[in-house]
Amino acid sequence: MGSNMAENHPVGFQWVVEARLRGAKIIHVDPRFTRTSAMSNLHVPLRAGTDIAFLGGIVNYILENDRYFRDYVVHYTNAPVIVSEEYADTEDLDGLFSGYDPESRSYDASTWQYVGTTVSGAAGQREMGGITGEQAHYAQAGELGHGGEPPEMDRTLEHPRCVFQILKKHYSRYTPEMVEEICGTPKELFLQVAEALCENSGREKTSAFCYAVGWTQHTVGVQYIRTAAIIQLLLGNIGRPGGGILALRGHASIQGSTDIPTLYNILPGYLPMPHAHQHQNLEMYVERNSAKSGYWGNMKAYMVSLLKAYWGGAATAENDFCFDYLPRLTGDHSIYPALMGMIDGWCKGFFVMGENPAVGAANGKLQRLALANLDWLIVRDFSEIESASFWYDSPEIETGELKTEEIGTEVFFMPAAAHTEKNGSFTNTQRLLQWHFRAVEPQGDCRSELWFMYHLGRKVREKLANSTDPKDRAILDLNWDYPIEEESEFEEPDAEAVLREIGGWDENNEPLPSYLPIKADGSTTCGCWIYAGVYADEVNQAARKKPYWEQGGNWVAPEWAWAWPMNRRIIYNRASADPEGRPWSERKKYIWWDEEQGQWTGYDVPDISPTKRPDYEPEAGAVAEDAIRGDKPFIMQADGRGWIFVPAGLTDGPLPTHYEPHESPFENALYGQQSNPVREVYPRPENPYNPSDGDPGARVFPYVFTTYRLTEHHTAGGMTRTVGHLSELQPEMFCEVSPELAKERGLENDGWATIITSRTAIEARVLVTDRVVPMKVQGRVVHQVGLPYHWGSKGIVTGDSANDLLGLTLDPNVHIGEYKAATCDIRPGRRPRGPALVRLVEDYRRRAESHNGGG
Amino acid sequence: MSDSHPIIPGSGITGASDAYNIEGRETPETRPLIPLGQRYYAEEKPRMGFFTDTTVCIGCKACEVACKEWNNVPDVIGELTGQSYDNTSSLGANTWRHVAFIEQRKPIKMQQEAGLMTPGSEEDGEFRWLMSSDVCKHCTEAPCLDVCPTGSLFRTEFGTVVVQEDICNGCGYCVPACPFGVLDRRQEDGRVWKCTLCYDRQKDGLEPACAQACPTDSIQFGPLDELREKANGRLEMLHEAGVDDARLYGANEEEYGMGAFFLLLDDPEVYGLPPDPEVVTRKFKSLWGAAAVAAGALVAGVAAAFAGGAR
Amino acid sequence: MSIRDFIPEWSVPRQIKGADRWALGPAAQSRHQAQLTPRTKKADRVVKSVCPYCAVGCGQRIFVENEKITQIEGDPASPISRGRLCPKGSATRSLVQSPMREYKVKYRRPYGTEWEELSLDEAMDMIADRVIKTREETWEDEDEEGCHLHRTLGFAHLGGATLDNEENYLIKKFFTAMGAIQIENQARI
Repeated sequence: MGSNMAENHPVGFQWVVEARLRGAKIIHVDPRFTRTSAMSNLHVPLRAGTDIAFLGGIVNYILENDRYFRDYVVHYTNAPVIVSEEYADTEDLDGLFSGYDPESRSYDASTWQYVGTTVSGAAGQREMGGITGEQAHYAQAGELGHGGEPPEMDRTLEHPRCVFQILKKHYSRYTPEMVEEICGTPKELFLQVAEALCENSGREKTSAFCYAVGWTQHTVGVQYIRTAAIIQLLLGNIGRPGGGILALRGHASIQGSTDIPTLYNILPGYLPMPHAHQHQNLEMYVERNSAKSGYWGNMKAYMVSLLKAYWGGAATAENDFCFDYLPRLTGDHSIYPALMGMIDGWCKGFFVMGENPAVGAANGKLQRLALANLDWLIVRDFSEIESASFWYDSPEIETGELKTEEIGTEVFFMPAAAHTEKNGSFTNTQRLLQWHFRAVEPQGDCRSELWFMYHLGRKVREKLANSTDPKDRAILDLNWDYPIEEESEFEEPDAEAVLREIGGWDENNEPLPSYLPIKADGSTTCGCWIYAGVYADEVNQAARKKPYWEQGGNWVAPEWAWAWPMNRRIIYNRASADPEGRPWSERKKYIWWDEEQGQWTGYDVPDISPTKRPDYEPEAGAVAEDAIRGDKPFIMQADGRGWIFVPAGLTDGPLPTHYEPHESPFENALYGQQSNPVREVYPRPENPYNPSDGDPGARVFPYVFTTYRLTEHHTAGGMTRTVGHLSELQPEMFCEVSPELAKERGLENDGWATIITSRTAIEARVLVTDRVVPMKVQGRVVHQVGLPYHWGSKGIVTGDSANDLLGLTLDPNVHIGEYKAATCDIRPGRRPRGPALVRLVEDYRRRAESHNGGG
Repeated sequence: MSDSHPIIPGSGITGASDAYNIEGRETPETRPLIPLGQRYYAEEKPRMGFFTDTTVCIGCKACEVACKEWNNVPDVIGELTGQSYDNTSSLGANTWRHVAFIEQRKPIKMQQEAGLMTPGSEEDGEFRWLMSSDVCKHCTEAPCLDVCPTGSLFRTEFGTVVVQEDICNGCGYCVPACPFGVLDRRQEDGRVWKCTLCYDRQKDGLEPACAQACPTDSIQFGPLDELREKANGRLEMLHEAGVDDARLYGANEEEYGMGAFFLLLDDPEVYGLPPDPEVVTRKFKSLWGAAAVAAGALVAGVAAAFAGGAR
Repeated sequence: MSIRDFIPEWSVPRQIKGADRWALGPAAQSRHQAQLTPRTKKADRVVKSVCPYCAVGCGQRIFVENEKITQIEGDPASPISRGRLCPKGSATRSLVQSPMREYKVKYRRPYGTEWEELSLDEAMDMIADRVIKTREETWEDEDEEGCHLHRTLGFAHLGGATLDNEENYLIKKFFTAMGAIQIENQARI
């Protein structure tokens, strides 16, 4: 669901095909019939933006029919835990949870807590800067009762306020009929899916979910994935071979760029960036952000070792390890507010490295207006992408909304080295770090980003060398002495030396074997604690390329590359054994407790201390991993349990709830609350929204559209529209419509269509196809329009950009935009040129009375 | 499990998935013939070929691209064809592998084991999307080879049929002789270009580029007798699963033997393949007659391919 | 009956040598074809790499001859990909050798209407100056309540999902030391 694996991860899909040949059942739940659907046993269509209703229906099916894996649920999840009396569900409040403040459009999460304690969110309670309020920051994190268990539990799962019963009530109205009503999926098909999942789960079998941005790009994206997590916990499909919820990520190292983030809110290893507080020091930061029990109990050690990696000798216990050198957050500083800052003039400079926001990001016009209002812009890429050429060939130049000679942005285009021209590691979608070796030297001015950053840093440090300004200390004290490759003609830094710093070393400068020895006293240095061990024994473990057939028959192939953490291939794998440490079944055995040897053994590195007995109970006062019982697999959580109900850490509720997309032609059939109440909106003239259901103007944009990729291209096209052998395979922008919609709107196969939203209008060739099916929802037929988004003004093949149609509305937890469901109109023929295009869109906006906000 | 993927280290040959499970299946009636020209090589080698199992083709076109990258085949940037996801249209001088996309709505009995359907309304029947990677068939009796006056076309030691670009003078006699419309002159240089079954790679024991790249092993390369045996096993599996439409195309030497044969889920013409190819030189004395028949077969095939296609 | 029966001369010399009387096989083969070897065999080295497109992380082998890449194909040793590649991965050589690749720095001055040339070193110098200046102009030491901020919102960064871990590490490290916090990448999309 939410992914199109055969098209976007074809080589990964070989395993799905092979599983099918061996008898596995493949189900594709997706608004469109894609190449993945064609390879599946069953394609189940649903209306874009309604997956929570569908998945919630499965939760309801599991609970109503007692199909959950009881031993797993009771021991490994928080289903038995009793929740605070003050908690009120969406069933009580017509679509809102307790703690909602309409004025600030945010939740106070204190009523979602377990009874008798407060627990912190898993990856450190990320401080949400005015969103969740202070209560979360000062939580007495993770005070559990005797033996490492939450204070009040009902293992019979019958207490009316235990998570299990709350869950049951929460999803009681997500019936097969309701699923059909909301998703448009025929009830019989839905039931087939629910039953297939239940049948293929349990001791002997496991089922997996594969998702991609079809789930994340929504105003309730995080909760989409959470719903799958609930299903998988109920069915016992986490931490076991063949199970899981697998994110199919779209870029070579998008996982790596999250682990070692180029993201505003985290530091390497998912340590939260500090928020601004009065007199905040390192100790307070750790207290506010971590639980005492679970692995985050070691947060201080990880943070201190990172600060040592950053500031080396300058970071000492006396100066709080330079904690105050870290800049402070005061809210959402993600790219979207920064773009608004560019338009408003307070954000003046912009580095774009290997990304193409002018094509790849929602509301392309807003993106380009931002670029056009900068003082300076640096674009690093292989070829001149649209984000570098916007000042002379953007759609806004064509319409006259921008004029080249009036754009003040100073643009530096810097040619980049390709992966074949540099050493380095990518982290793939399954957390494997894989080293790629340089094959040839980059030509001309082409350089790696490693070179660019190192030398930019060197130049800045040289220019500031004599500064006495205190704010420059963080730059001048920075540990920036990377060795240069000996044979390099242009002083390329040694990428392995950087990897060694990421993996860390101890007081004797010996590489860390894992994260276990990391200390809080400043004696260890580690650039990313979850990557500790990647340079164990002075060996680049990510560069291991031992053929799988030489790995002694271990199908896990642990000697190919290196997985974080600790080369563990399936995380939470303690859950592959029962509470006593025995495999749930012979068929699905993975790791297990060997009583004779007194340790965990199996095919993988155990996700539990190797000698921690299954019957281990923590003593009073135990901290970090020692506070987690031996029969609890979810070691990152304060209570070691998989969270069906999330008492802390989410901004939009402890349980996933169906909300309509920000732009939807339908009302929410379940609640009075139409859309996610805490979604992020940007009501500004550059970002008008289509009216949603209930607003008469909604009829002006009667169709739902969704955006996607094709096998033959990659994202915004910067790496494929420059390649002839790929461009010829999909040479033109097109839209996909059903024969019924084609008839309704007079669209012809192979002809042209214009697609219009409040943002703009684009043109596309038309594919009329049975692969797009009209959906019957709430008694009405809704048509969906499919739009690949690979084209722009540059390249061997060019075309309009689908992302130009989208408005910016974001998920409140992770600030990802709603790219996968919005409304539009479509009509035959090409779009108007020049100022006439602006007039067309203005006309639509006037008719729809498009507004800035939404209900 | 780890032992189940036979490997020839370094060769790129990863072998087929044992999910095909062909053990103990005897299929003597489809044993391939060793073509005439192959017999004269000093060193005896097995006849090599392709088995394209279209039931696992995901239509990714890796075969098209890998082929072009290896063989330096030029790209041809055209317009969107409007024919499903097919924008290279047919085999030709610049397309030696071609993936056909057939969008089909017809009454198909429930055959979910084949993994190829979505429910439709009762009156319309179900919908399915067939994909198939076409290629030169490297026929047992190759009409192109027979008509080539320059000796440019020849039979290799692997039993495949190759055009020698250093000999071809662009006369084009082979073009109409081919019952599949494979042979085609490149406009730029006038010569005929087609799949060589990566003759150069084979000389070093390497898999052809398309088969090496194919993500799902839809394209399998190997000794033809092994492939035919494997294909029969797969066919049997499908028939047991109730996929009665499944059939092999080009695997029977008594009808028309091909070095590259296919497992299809519908009539060949649906995929743009002639239902009853003939060795035109066997039947007709006149080249002109051959040309007419071949061209006719081609047109019929293509028309049929789109008949069930985009509506 | 084939046309070769009528025009047999062309391959006569080769036909005479062997049993291939009709010149269908070895007799028709040119010396070039007979001596054919895959170009990968002539590679000076084979470099192990990883596909740069999606996050499956398929293994690639890069064949290099005379410091030029002659072929990129799948790495059979990879337990992830078993030697296979999708169309994008298969096109990697064309990606890195695309005629559209740029090899020179290009500079567009404010309000300019053309690209201009600029040396790499000069560009690096100018960029360093601009970052320092913008940081200086937009520096925030503390907020109105006196909370420590130590930051600039004056510039932002975007991109990283196509880059190496080591590169992202330096990006985050250096920009964080400069007090910049708007460091973002494709994960937000």
